[in-house]
Amino acid sequence: MSLSAAPLLELDRISLSFKGVKAITDISFAVARGEICALIGPNGAGKSSLLNVINGVYQAQQGRVCFDGEVRRHMRPHHAAERGIARTFQNIALFKGMTVLDNVLTGRNLKRRSSWIEQALGIGRAHREDDVQRRRAEEVIAFLNIQAWRQSPVGTLPYGLQKRVELARALAAEPKLLLLDEPMAGMNASEKKEMSRFIVEINREFGTTVVLIEHDIGVVMGISSHVVVLDYGRKIGDGPPDEVRANPEVIAAYLGTRH
Amino acid sequence: MLYSETGQFSTHYAADRRLFRLRQDRLGLGLLLAFAFAAVPQIGNDYWFSAILIPFLVLSLAGLGLNLLTGYAGQLSLGSAAFMAAGAFAAYNFLLRIEGLPLLAGLALGGLVAALLSVAFGLPSLRIKGFYLIVSTLAAQFLLPWALVKFGWFSNYNASGVIGAPPLEVCGLDLASPAGRYVLTLGIVVALAFLARNIVHSELGRNWMAVRDMDTAAAVIGIPLAKTKLLAFAISGFYLGVAGALWAFTYLGTVEPHGFDLTRSFQVLFIIIIGGMGSILGNFLGAAFIVLFPLLLSNLAGLVPGGLIDPGQLENIQKMIFGALIVVFLIREPEGLARLWQHFRARVRRWPLRY
Amino acid sequence: MDFFLEVLIGGLLAGVMYSLVAIGFVLIYKASGVFNFAQGAMVLFAALTFVSLGERGVPFWIAFLVTLATMLLLALAVERLVLRPLVNRSPITLFMATLGLAYITEGAAQALWGAQVHGLDLGIEDVPLDFGGLLISQFDLFAAGMAATLVLVLSLLFNKTRIGLSLRAVADDTLAAQAIGIRLSRVWVAVWAVAGLVALITGLLWGARLGVQFSLSLVVLKALPVLIVGGFSSVGGAIVGGLIVGASEKLAEIYAGPLLGGGIENWFPYVLAMLFLLVRPAGLFGERAIDRV
Repeated sequence: MSLSAAPLLELDRISLSFKGVKAITDISFAVARGEICALIGPNGAGKSSLLNVINGVYQAQQGRVCFDGEVRRHMRPHHAAERGIARTFQNIALFKGMTVLDNVLTGRNLKRRSSWIEQALGIGRAHREDDVQRRRAEEVIAFLNIQAWRQSPVGTLPYGLQKRVELARALAAEPKLLLLDEPMAGMNASEKKEMSRFIVEINREFGTTVVLIEHDIGVVMGISSHVVVLDYGRKIGDGPPDEVRANPEVIAAYLGTRH
Repeated sequence: MLYSETGQFSTHYAADRRLFRLRQDRLGLGLLLAFAFAAVPQIGNDYWFSAILIPFLVLSLAGLGLNLLTGYAGQLSLGSAAFMAAGAFAAYNFLLRIEGLPLLAGLALGGLVAALLSVAFGLPSLRIKGFYLIVSTLAAQFLLPWALVKFGWFSNYNASGVIGAPPLEVCGLDLASPAGRYVLTLGIVVALAFLARNIVHSELGRNWMAVRDMDTAAAVIGIPLAKTKLLAFAISGFYLGVAGALWAFTYLGTVEPHGFDLTRSFQVLFIIIIGGMGSILGNFLGAAFIVLFPLLLSNLAGLVPGGLIDPGQLENIQKMIFGALIVVFLIREPEGLARLWQHFRARVRRWPLRY
Repeated sequence: MDFFLEVLIGGLLAGVMYSLVAIGFVLIYKASGVFNFAQGAMVLFAALTFVSLGERGVPFWIAFLVTLATMLLLALAVERLVLRPLVNRSPITLFMATLGLAYITEGAAQALWGAQVHGLDLGIEDVPLDFGGLLISQFDLFAAGMAATLVLVLSLLFNKTRIGLSLRAVADDTLAAQAIGIRLSRVWVAVWAVAGLVALITGLLWGARLGVQFSLSLVVLKALPVLIVGGFSSVGGAIVGGLIVGASEKLAEIYAGPLLGGGIENWFPYVLAMLFLLVRPAGLFGERAIDRV
């Protein structure tokens, strides 16, 4: 996979605060096309907030987000989705009352062209489009190996499977950038291994750029080509895994010798 | 094995889109509809049509309207009756003032007016969540009937704001008899129920449920929240508006704005709680329950000797039982009678096996 | 100008009566996150029980205490039969459960005590007092005094007693409160019982004004706009919201009513509340929550 010169995502001096409490201070970094970039840092370092800024759930007070050649002061979630940013959440955010298949299909809602009236009356391109949507959803379901639970309500599935369904929903949108917020939290070693393989496969198979938050340093160093380290809302490290691992400030933050 | 599924596979995605996947279900529904359309008008009597079947059908439709908004899209409303009133009075005025307008077109226009008003009162849903919305829908509940009473134009300057039914004629067929009114109501309700079923199984239905289950995630995957919510208000308003017009025209014959008060809104809400939120069938079960239960209770009270239970007391008892049923359903079976029916069906499918 | 002031003060004092119902709401909402539609039915139940006891010759204070005890029993029953089985369910489900509860309570009140209208005389004459040319209802002043006393008692209860402290802890963070050993069920019973007391006082004041009858349960509908304007989570907000709604409603009735043909007081507060929702969704004193995802 060759990396083209212009980065896919570029954050420029982002600052975010809640009611005067600073969550993120002056963070800039770039994510190249096709790489797997890991955001790491202790709890409360501002990692999730940063993902929320990237896809517009939160609006940063300062700074700009540049995605795929377009510079924005503020991103809105809907616009982010339209531009090709998909994500999963730290605490699973599936639609609990719906089946696995329906959840995955919602991920494809932006690929739909026929109007709701055409669909309700079953006229025109609606049925043809239905078949395409369903086939694409089934492909994602097969890729992540969750065929057996297609018709199960997601609320009844075990945690690890729900994480996978959420990934399937994000993947169904055929995103350019995939944001994963702790995709392996709460998993045992073999589940983690499986999830890591999926992430690497997605990256290699579809060329999807991935930004992920993960606490397991072993996993991070294993699958990512770029690591950004945050601490107390500031960036303290940025570079290839080996380089970051040797960074004294990062070591201090993780071992707590600085304080 | 009455309910054998053996050999019934979906070989195309289209087969999965059908109303029912199983041959037995399709056959059952076909027989039921044939019975309702062809046999019932022959064997039913006027009491059954006017006191049971027509109100049952109209309330089912009203329940359906609210269920699309509350059960599927997750937006709570206490203003259903206001939109029923709007539909009834709008349809009345269209049919009164436009020469030669067909009855069905008048009903549809009434529904459209109710839809527009529903959207207007649904606008706050773009900024607020959950039960805050009941204030906006209650505003509709108090404002609309007030306007209908206050401004005589709406009831063609009838002194007490009462409107009557227009001639009930479809394609030259006079449907003014009880059996005719029943067939007219049944036709409209069945058609709209099929449409609703298609909507909730389409992209829009999935978007509604996504917004209901978790709106932040829905926005993040690109579902347009404002459009999705307002469409729910619009379509729900349309269904309620048509239901209101049918309530006035085919059930009561004449109606005044007070017939669409807060109590009626609660009645519609109770239909979907008891019948099952997020279910099409549930509206019919809930409406049947709410029409039949008071009849059953008053018949039971008639069995008590010596007139021990007077009508006022009966009403209080009925109120307490309804209240208790609401609480019991919410605790034990939040998906209502529709879920109980599914349990029953699942057993029949397995019969005679037990596992 | 004098007329304007008279209308304004009349409206403000009427607003105090709305605030009373709203306070009952806020208490329950803060402690259990339940939007209690049955508050109106509780007002009816309390007033009807009190009046019926009085008519059977029970002295005032005994009737008051017996009614209070009944409201405590109701609180216990609600906690055990409704709240506990519905714990962790969505706010909308809980709200709908209180609709059912309202039906049960209204039905029970009328089944027990009948549906006829009862007069209630608290011994305060409803004659206007003359304050330098301004006519102000004596009864309204008394009601405002009662409301002020009630708020004082409630704030003492919350700030000086153990159960009050637990209640504030639960309102602040339910899980953390449970973790330090506060028993949720006891707090709920307590808060519903206090809401019962508020309902009784509301019922007495409203009942003395309107007669004790079914329409008392509809005062709940007056409280909803008050809550939207003031915010759901603050007693002070309920008071200010009540004053704003009361005053603007009366002013609108007098000055805009004739233009629209009168009868606007039923919907005016709701339209006002709707505007508030569009401009300031959390109310005047509420805080906007930040979604954590």
